[in-house]
Amino acid sequence: MEMPRIDAAIVARKPAIVAALQEVLPPDAVIFDEIEVRAYECDALTAYRCPPLAAVLPRTTAEVSAVLRICHKMGVPVVPRGAGTSLAGGALPTGDCVILGVARMNGVLETDYPNRFIRVQSGRTNLSVTGAVESDGFFYAPDPSSQLACAIAGNIAMNSGGAHCLKYGVTTNNLLGVTLVQMDGTVLEIGGAHFDAGGLDLLGVICGSEGQLGVVTEATLRILPKPEGARPVLMGFDSNEVAGECVSDIIKAGILPVAIEFMDRPCIEATEAFAKAGYPMCEALLIVEVEGSKAEIDEQLALIIEIAKRHNPVELREAADEDQAKRIWLGRKSAFGAMGQINDYMCLDGTIPVSSLPYVLRRIGEMSKQYGLAVGNVFHAGDGNMHPLILYDANKPGDLELCEAFGADVLKLCVEVGGCLTGEHGVGIEKRDLMKVQFAPEDMEAQLWVKDVFDPQWLLNPAKVFPLDVTASRRAV
Amino acid sequence: MKPANEMELSEAIRGANGPLRIVGGGTRAIGPDRAGEVLETGALSGISLYEPGALTIVAGAGTPLAEVEAALDGGGQRLPFEVPDLRGLLGRSGASTIGGVVAANGSGPRRIQAGACRDSLIGVRFVDGAGTIVKNGGRVMKNVTGYDLVKLMAGSHGTLGVLTEVAFKVLPRPEVEATLTRDGVDPAAAVAAMAQALGSPYEVTGAAYFGGQIRLRIEGMIGSVAYRSGALRKLLGAGWDVVEAAQSAILWREIRDVAPFMGQAGAVWRISIKPSDMPQVLAVLSQAQTLCDWGGGLIWALVPDAGDAQAGALRGALAAMGGHATLVRAGAAVYDTTPAFHPEPAALATLSKTLRAKFDPRGILNPGMMG
Repeated sequence: MEMPRIDAAIVARKPAIVAALQEVLPPDAVIFDEIEVRAYECDALTAYRCPPLAAVLPRTTAEVSAVLRICHKMGVPVVPRGAGTSLAGGALPTGDCVILGVARMNGVLETDYPNRFIRVQSGRTNLSVTGAVESDGFFYAPDPSSQLACAIAGNIAMNSGGAHCLKYGVTTNNLLGVTLVQMDGTVLEIGGAHFDAGGLDLLGVICGSEGQLGVVTEATLRILPKPEGARPVLMGFDSNEVAGECVSDIIKAGILPVAIEFMDRPCIEATEAFAKAGYPMCEALLIVEVEGSKAEIDEQLALIIEIAKRHNPVELREAADEDQAKRIWLGRKSAFGAMGQINDYMCLDGTIPVSSLPYVLRRIGEMSKQYGLAVGNVFHAGDGNMHPLILYDANKPGDLELCEAFGADVLKLCVEVGGCLTGEHGVGIEKRDLMKVQFAPEDMEAQLWVKDVFDPQWLLNPAKVFPLDVTASRRAV
Repeated sequence: MKPANEMELSEAIRGANGPLRIVGGGTRAIGPDRAGEVLETGALSGISLYEPGALTIVAGAGTPLAEVEAALDGGGQRLPFEVPDLRGLLGRSGASTIGGVVAANGSGPRRIQAGACRDSLIGVRFVDGAGTIVKNGGRVMKNVTGYDLVKLMAGSHGTLGVLTEVAFKVLPRPEVEATLTRDGVDPAAAVAAMAQALGSPYEVTGAAYFGGQIRLRIEGMIGSVAYRSGALRKLLGAGWDVVEAAQSAILWREIRDVAPFMGQAGAVWRISIKPSDMPQVLAVLSQAQTLCDWGGGLIWALVPDAGDAQAGALRGALAAMGGHATLVRAGAAVYDTTPAFHPEPAALATLSKTLRAKFDPRGILNPGMMG
């Protein structure tokens, strides 16, 4: 993966840059020792590493503003970092950048149940947002798999989704307002506790901008009342096509499950060996979850099971109690870990139109044979967000490159059938060079205008999202 | 001008040498009458894709809203955000287009539960002010590839580009609906009751307050609606009546389209606030009729069409409590001194202005509309 040439002139000014940062931050908030900065050399895309020039860990919006003002004045690129769980390399440093980590800004600022929102500092983890309100019967809906660790700042940067977004939407649908610090240190309040923008929807474009427009320090999030209950049903089928048709029929019948998860045979086998959830050995497995009171769940599940039976399932398993529900989810939740036991893996997240599911799975199977790399598929079937896990051996020379080529082919296929490169992980550096597959030059140009407006010097996370040759002239300014 | 396709639209904009007034069905534009050559999108019409199993529909921006709604109805589905029909309120005729709905981010009572138009919008094609055709988003409901210009286009009132195609995530149409009503309630008690209902697990999809009456809507499968309306009544205590099916739908069309203000003289405000601020905002207005939606978070106010139509008092109050007020209807004299869109803080206004200049460098797309 190509990264921009490190600006030696900036590196040479490191002592002056560190001194300026130390003037506005407490001593423990500026990390510049060559060994210590290694803690920030990568995020969850661990195949790529590069220690930053320095890292700062501010505690307030004012400190973030001061840091950015200094870096802006000194012409130093800044890479914002939430919890460092990006699978796309969104927080990967360059050797001449300052990492701005918001991890120490993790407080709850305001909880308002009558108006159903919570205002938090952006370094707070996703799960602990729900944790702050669940004893009062509320929750924060977006639930990325990394929710125990990932920060709201990163969720906003990547517009993160989760397993339950078929019903509840993704981050952008649950974000009411932000405090945003621009690269020049300007602090903006955008949105608030009310709905929708009075002018242009700037909040809508900030969410998902991968830390390139500003640093979000505080966020106002919608919280929702917890449903009375939820219950999954597991169904197995002897072909991907039939499972795909079943998903489509459930949706067409007018039911909106909160989650429809899909696993294919390689993934089921790996998961069984690892987690022993007692899954049936079959070609395709669906977990469909519905919510409500007991009677409502019964009503919905009866209809779902009736539809499933029309597709001759090889297995149909209802959860009779909480324990059985947990067992149904156990395998799905262990899927990534199970694949990781077999080998290193790369997780893709292209989205496809649900109708293309059988075709895309067949093509991925064929590519798997061509490349000689195994792949397991586990994904959110209701919304077409795929998660092919390609297995490779990081210690085997050439294997990572082979895996990346395979991954690129899968993502091109997603675009070809009318889908997109990434459904919830973000572009980062991982899919940066594939952007031309999805977007014509003028489509990208319109996006770059937004960056030009918010960060005219192109100092915030400049080497991400867009192919380097496309942004070269802008970054040179 | 009424270009026959996207290419012709692009050429029309490229060749324009003065301001353009973008018109879909001409039913939603806000603010004073503006000069400019009319550019109609009506010929960019037709549903190009509808996949009920994928909850997705794609249509030309000039497609009549009624055509989109009829197609979805045939598939047992609907646009989640309950598009208001503002013709009566704004005194317009014509047929609303789906592109106009997006340009205005038209969202009705269900916004509290299903999101606004911008939340269901998953893809756009548009022509910018230089005549360049741009696409963003697509036809899949989870998509974080590149910046989300889809959201930016929703509610941009034709000032960033002329929409040519829009794609939506849609939802199943529920089997039935029912509404709980309670009369003779004051604003403070209404806000509290609506907050209690919206904070319950019974999935209230409408919470409005008009003429002293609270209305709470439940939608879904038959058994589920019966259960939840019963549970909600139990939670809220005595004094509630239940209105079902078609009668319930009539109550919500009235709220959605702000029907009580139709045919009445006066200026009309649309005010978005934190719901619990509703009683305070009502107290700021004088000689006003009001209709509240979104649990109190949306206030429609009919005030005398004179002076600044109380903009100073209203917007002054909102400066302290947050939110925004749009003057959706007023006479020319009021509009001469009072901007239709809520003035933004200087830094945000500059960002928006600079963005508009990027997308429309010659300043010809609905110039002056949003400031």
